[in-house]
Amino acid sequence: MLHQIEGSEAVAKAVALCRPEVVCAYPITPQTHIVEGVGALVKSGKLTNCEFINVESEFAALSVAIGSSAAGARTYTATASQGLLFMAEAVYNAAGLGLPIVMTIGNRAIGAPINIWNDHSDSMSMRDAGWIQLYAETNQEAVDLHIQAFRLAEELSCPVMVCMDGFILTHAYERMDLPTQEDVDAFLPPFEPVQVLDPANPYSIGAMVGPDTFTEVRYLAHDKQLQALKLIPEIGAVFKGVFGRESGGLIHEYKTAGAETIIVALGSVNGTIKEVVDVMRGDNAAIGSVSICSFRPFPLDELRAALIHAKRVVVIEKCLAPGLGGVLASNVRMALRGATLPVYTVIAGLGGRAILMSSLQRVFTAAGEDKLLDLQFLDINQESVDHELERAGKTRQSGPTAESILRQQAKRKGVGQ
Amino acid sequence: MFQVRIHGRGGQGVVTAAELLSVAAFMEGKYAQAFPSFGSERMGAPVVSYCRLDDKEIRLREPIQEPDALIIQDTTLLHSVDVFQGLKAGGYILINSTRTFDELGIAEFVAKFPPHHVCAVGATELAMTHVKRPVPNAALLGGFAAISGQLQMQSVARAILEKFPGPIGEANVAAAQAAFAFAVANAV
Repeated sequence: MLHQIEGSEAVAKAVALCRPEVVCAYPITPQTHIVEGVGALVKSGKLTNCEFINVESEFAALSVAIGSSAAGARTYTATASQGLLFMAEAVYNAAGLGLPIVMTIGNRAIGAPINIWNDHSDSMSMRDAGWIQLYAETNQEAVDLHIQAFRLAEELSCPVMVCMDGFILTHAYERMDLPTQEDVDAFLPPFEPVQVLDPANPYSIGAMVGPDTFTEVRYLAHDKQLQALKLIPEIGAVFKGVFGRESGGLIHEYKTAGAETIIVALGSVNGTIKEVVDVMRGDNAAIGSVSICSFRPFPLDELRAALIHAKRVVVIEKCLAPGLGGVLASNVRMALRGATLPVYTVIAGLGGRAILMSSLQRVFTAAGEDKLLDLQFLDINQESVDHELERAGKTRQSGPTAESILRQQAKRKGVGQ
Repeated sequence: MFQVRIHGRGGQGVVTAAELLSVAAFMEGKYAQAFPSFGSERMGAPVVSYCRLDDKEIRLREPIQEPDALIIQDTTLLHSVDVFQGLKAGGYILINSTRTFDELGIAEFVAKFPPHHVCAVGATELAMTHVKRPVPNAALLGGFAAISGQLQMQSVARAILEKFPGPIGEANVAAAQAAFAFAVANAV
């Protein structure tokens, strides 16, 4: 049924349709109100057979989730930004133990400097923790990916993060098709754990593994991701059969046929990219785009097939690897190993900076003329950067950078000092 | 696509206004996307929200750069924030004020817009009369429906009642209807 609702509320309803048995969360910033929505559904009695546990920190949230999942309960939590970092140790443990927890990341930047806005620094920091990472392009896809995530997680016994852009998706009111309970029940069978802590049949989970066997256990975690590469499209196909729409899968191609320039990105910015592609196609530019839905496992072969006939690839990414450039671009280069086409990295949208159609079009046009640097920062204020470098270079005790940049900005606007 | 930008201050229901606008459009079978500009939410701070209306799926995620319509909930913003930035020629302006455009210092500016595209309505006063609280957002949506022709007043009323069932919703609907009637008669 169609609803005009907020992304967070829609995801809360979608999670509830998946009949979670334990939901635990630390309910303050940087939490989204997804868990608040789930909590309200539990309290009102609309979501039954579910225990909502308010815990004392994000570390506790995922630790409780590990316990409940190991006890055989379908388990969900959500976090973002510093909250994800605070649970980092448990993030690795959940994957290492093979517990099929589903967790939403309402993507936000990581401090310092303090910033509450959207980018992908948080989930990218956990990209190699062994979780499957799916990125939603739209709120509809966020809804659909959560339903698919429980099935994927439980079939593989592997945790899944569903990443959706904080604010841009979580706080947007849009038209969404929320499935019926009957359809979700038909798609998602009851949780049948591969391992369960049961006093009637005691065994331990979480053994110490020495040098002679650690590699093998880790290899099996990698193998699970390779199995996911096959399973993700299969689950997407079953989903389409039940719900009648395409959602999920490994990658989405948009007008890539005959494209000389192909843009690659994760998440909601793909919507804006498609609009720019349409405008430029209207001006006869041979351009298309690829939205990557599954970042872990990374679909090397599918991406290579989508990109290999292009003349160049431009990766728009909302995460900076200082000292290297782009994380996503590095992965895309891995997919194109041996090929000679350039892969340009454009860092964009850091800390919530708006990604404008006009800015993207300027960059894509320059890419079409091969006038891009390997690494660039969309709409960076170079003057401000140069000014700060010069100022800081003049004196040893130059003071904190962020405060200096803020003072500069205030001066330009003619306020403050 | 029709794009609306709403300016106000924290506590005036700026974000709710965009949400209600999108729900009203949804009720008419349109696609709508409402979202706030995000900052440190606190009472009294300048707040902006956005709403896009279209007949097809809305993929664009950038903040609205060139609005077709502006709703200005608080006139104290007129001289501190560039509220008119990017407004399309031939666009619509709805301002929450009982003062004249001359008194607001924008008579020359609004004269450039087509007839009946610009209106000042005392939405806070209407809210005080009907809702007994100085929250102008719902009333302004009635005024928006009147000047822009993008939505039926009836859809705005339904959206308000869905969000605020009962007496509070009904009082807000009354304020919106009063603003609608005022704007139909007084838009310049």
